Parts: sequence; structure tokens; C-alpha cells
Amino acid sequence: MKKVFRLVGIVLSSLVVLVMLTACGSKPLSAQNVVTRAKQSNTITWGVKADTKLFGLMDVKDDTIKGFDVDIAKAITKQILGPKGKAKFVQVTSQTRMPLLKNGNIDAIIATMTITPEREKQVDFSKSYFDAGQSLLVKDGSPIKNIKDLNKTGTVVLGVVGSNSVQNVALHAPKAKVLQLTDYAQAMTALKSGQGAALTTDNGILYGMAVENPGYQVVGGTFTKEPYGIAINKGQSEFKGDVNKGLRAIEKSGEYNRILKKWFGNVKGFNYKEMERH
Amino acid sequence: MISIFQNYGGELLQGFGQTLLCSVIALFFSLIIGSMFAIFETTPIKFLRVIARIYIEVFRNIPLLVITMFFFVVIPMFVVKIGGFTAGTIGLTIYTSAFIAETVRAGIQSVDPGQMEGARANGLSFWQAMRYIVLPQAFRYVIPPLGNQFINLVKNSSVLAFVAGFDLMYQGNVIASDSLSTMSTYMCVGVLYLVITMPLSYWMRHLEKKLAS
Repeated sequence: MKKVFRLVGIVLSSLVVLVMLTACGSKPLSAQNVVTRAKQSNTITWGVKADTKLFGLMDVKDDTIKGFDVDIAKAITKQILGPKGKAKFVQVTSQTRMPLLKNGNIDAIIATMTITPEREKQVDFSKSYFDAGQSLLVKDGSPIKNIKDLNKTGTVVLGVVGSNSVQNVALHAPKAKVLQLTDYAQAMTALKSGQGAALTTDNGILYGMAVENPGYQVVGGTFTKEPYGIAINKGQSEFKGDVNKGLRAIEKSGEYNRILKKWFGNVKGFNYKEMERH
Repeated sequence: MISIFQNYGGELLQGFGQTLLCSVIALFFSLIIGSMFAIFETTPIKFLRVIARIYIEVFRNIPLLVITMFFFVVIPMFVVKIGGFTAGTIGLTIYTSAFIAETVRAGIQSVDPGQMEGARANGLSFWQAMRYIVLPQAFRYVIPPLGNQFINLVKNSSVLAFVAGFDLMYQGNVIASDSLSTMSTYMCVGVLYLVITMPLSYWMRHLEKKLAS
């Protein structure tokens, strides 16, 4: 009996230490005014994807992340801090982006992140900077043509942890089983090795994968609307205002359309003209 | 933390069950395979010794994640279709068995060689001597390090999360991204791992005391 008490004691005391660790710490980094800090250091730190072709992909040749999100972030940084402003990029995944923003490691997330009411409870979003929609990637010649074909027991759909696309599958094809992998590269590998019949996420990301992996195609059009927003910590309304202003400015100046054309101009099956903003 | 248990109790329980199931299967098979290779390593037959040496050195020195990904990605592509749970459990079994083999081998070698010689002199074959004389003594010596391996195995089972094995860590990732309360989710997950490993470590300690007397 004594032993049991001691065991319970150990567990409880370790929990107390954990709780104390989280409770202390005077003013977290994430609560400081981003605009003031950014102007001091002349740098804005953005969380971007590094595994997503077209949006944010690590180029191993020169060790930089390149993509639509990255270019938009650079353009907005220049709008906020002036032409000499520096944008620093930290790579995130769907899973790590929220914690990294909340603990102040990054000032904003621009990483193919859909604006959802759930997420709006936790963070603030800029207005949408890209209107994506969820779609499916399958092997050429696959019997799956659209989301309805997936609604059978025993069908396995691949997704990525932390993306809302997996919840959408539960809504549109409740009978399918969803496997959530850690990132898109791994989900693609799983699709190739036959762990699932289709890979689902936003069409922009899927087109990027189809470009990189011949023999796979995007099918079924889009079955949801996924407006991408830039996520900013709650209480940073000044920064949010600046980001929105910056976004509006590059849309007006035509820089947005230039970046859009640069990344999506040559993607088969993707009509970038529809997405242009003026 | 309470709210995580309330809202995601089902997922956590499923994950807990999968982790437990995977650990039990992997523990059982890795103990058998590990002991087998330990005996191979101590046999007079050179061929078996070489086989065991290669197996242990290869799998002990490759990261668990690599072994698991191999079974998750490569095997389904060329051999047979296996899911994340199976791939993870196989990877975990192979990886742990290499460590258990080394542990048990140390146990066998710490038994006085006179025991083996005596048994052989009394007419037992090598396998009989191993089975009835050496192994029972060897296992008594290796209970503490073996306990370590078992606890490591339970914790290493979190590798299933990377191959969608629906284990505790996988569910933790899913819940954390769904509820967006990262801290308390992983605390729940940590507590549930403790629920498995603490009794295991206390049971091992108990066994150690019992066998020492």
C-alpha cells in the first residue's frame, strides 16, 4: 500500500512541476508588439512550409525556401518595413505552425493555412491571400474520379495531421478511413507505396505534387472552399492592419498577379487567370 | 487537461489500446527473437555466430524510424501490402530484439562457464544444458537491463505515429491539432504512457527482488 502511495506521489509531483513550468514566465514573446519589434530589428519572421511545391519548398541547392507563400511574404514585408526590410523564414508544418506562432518563434504564419472559425478562436487571420479548394490526387488510371467514389467502407484516404482537409473527408465521405501522416512528402510516399487510394488536401498543393510526380493527377475538381489567410497572434491588431494594408497594396500594384503567374502560370489544369486580383 | 479527456476520451482510449497491443506483441516476439540470437552468439557453431553478429550489428545501429519506414514504404511497394500498425510493430520488434540479444548474451556469458562444462560432463547436450542450466541463471542476471529494454520498447512504440499506426502518439498529434491546445494534449499523452510504463517498471523491480533472494 505504501508503495502505491509513493507511486501516486511521484506522478502528482511531476505534474505539479509541469504546470508550474507553464504558468511562470513574465511576458511571453508572443505578447510583445510585433510591429515595434520588427521595426527595431528591421526583420519580420514568417513561418512557411518547406515541403510544399509551389507554396514553400526547400531548394537544397542554395538552402533557401522558395514558393508563392514566400514571395507574398517578402512583398508584404517590403510594404511594412520599406524596401530594405528583411523577411526571415522559419519552416513549419501543419502541425507545428500554431505552437510556433503562439510561443513567439514566428511573427506570422503564411503556410497554406485555411481560415476556419475553429482557428479564428485561437489566432487572428488577415484577409484571404489565395482561394484554394480541396481536391484529390490519385494515380493515373485510378477508378476514383471524385470524392463520392471514396465513400465506401475499406477505402483509405491519406491526409496530413493538422490540416482541416481530413475533417472535410469525414463530412463528404464518412465511410472512408483517413490516415494522417506527418507531412506532405510522407503522405506522397505513402500514396506511392499504396497505403491509400487517394491523397487529399488543397488543390494548389496537389497540383504542385502532380508536377513533381509524373503518373499522378488531380481529379474531381474542388469540393470545399479553402481561403488561405496569414495567421497572426491575438492582440496584434496593429500588425494585422499592416499586413492587410500590405496585401492590398501588392494586389493593386500588380505584384500579386506577377507572383501568381510566376508560380502557377505553367501548372497543367490550373487556371491562374481566374485567381488574379486587381 | 480534463477537457481533453472529456472531449477526446474515445480517441485517447483507442490510442492507448493500440500502443498497449503493439507493445505486448513486440515485447513477446522481441524477447523470443532476441533470446534466440543471444544463444546463436554463444554457440560453438561459427556460422550461427556470424549470422547473429550481423543481425545484431545491423539492426542495433540503424535508427528505429528508418527500419519502420522501410516496412511502411518499401515492403508494400514490392512484397506484400502491410499497414502502418503492422509495419511499426515489425520495426519495433526487430529493433528491440537486437538490444535484447545483446542483453541476454551478456547474461549467458556472466554465468560461470563451469556450469556449462558440468552440465555437458553429465551428459546433457548443448541445447539441453542451455535450456535447463544456463538460461534460467542468465535470465536472473539480466532482469534489470531487460526491464530497461521493455520500458524503452513501450516508449519507442511512439514511432507508430509516423506511419499512421493509430497509437497514443498519433492520436495525440491529431487531438493537438484539432483542439489546438498542444500543451495539455501532450500532457495527457504523457500521463497515459506513464500508466503503461510505471507498473512495468515496478513489476520489474519486484521480480528482481524476488529472484535475488
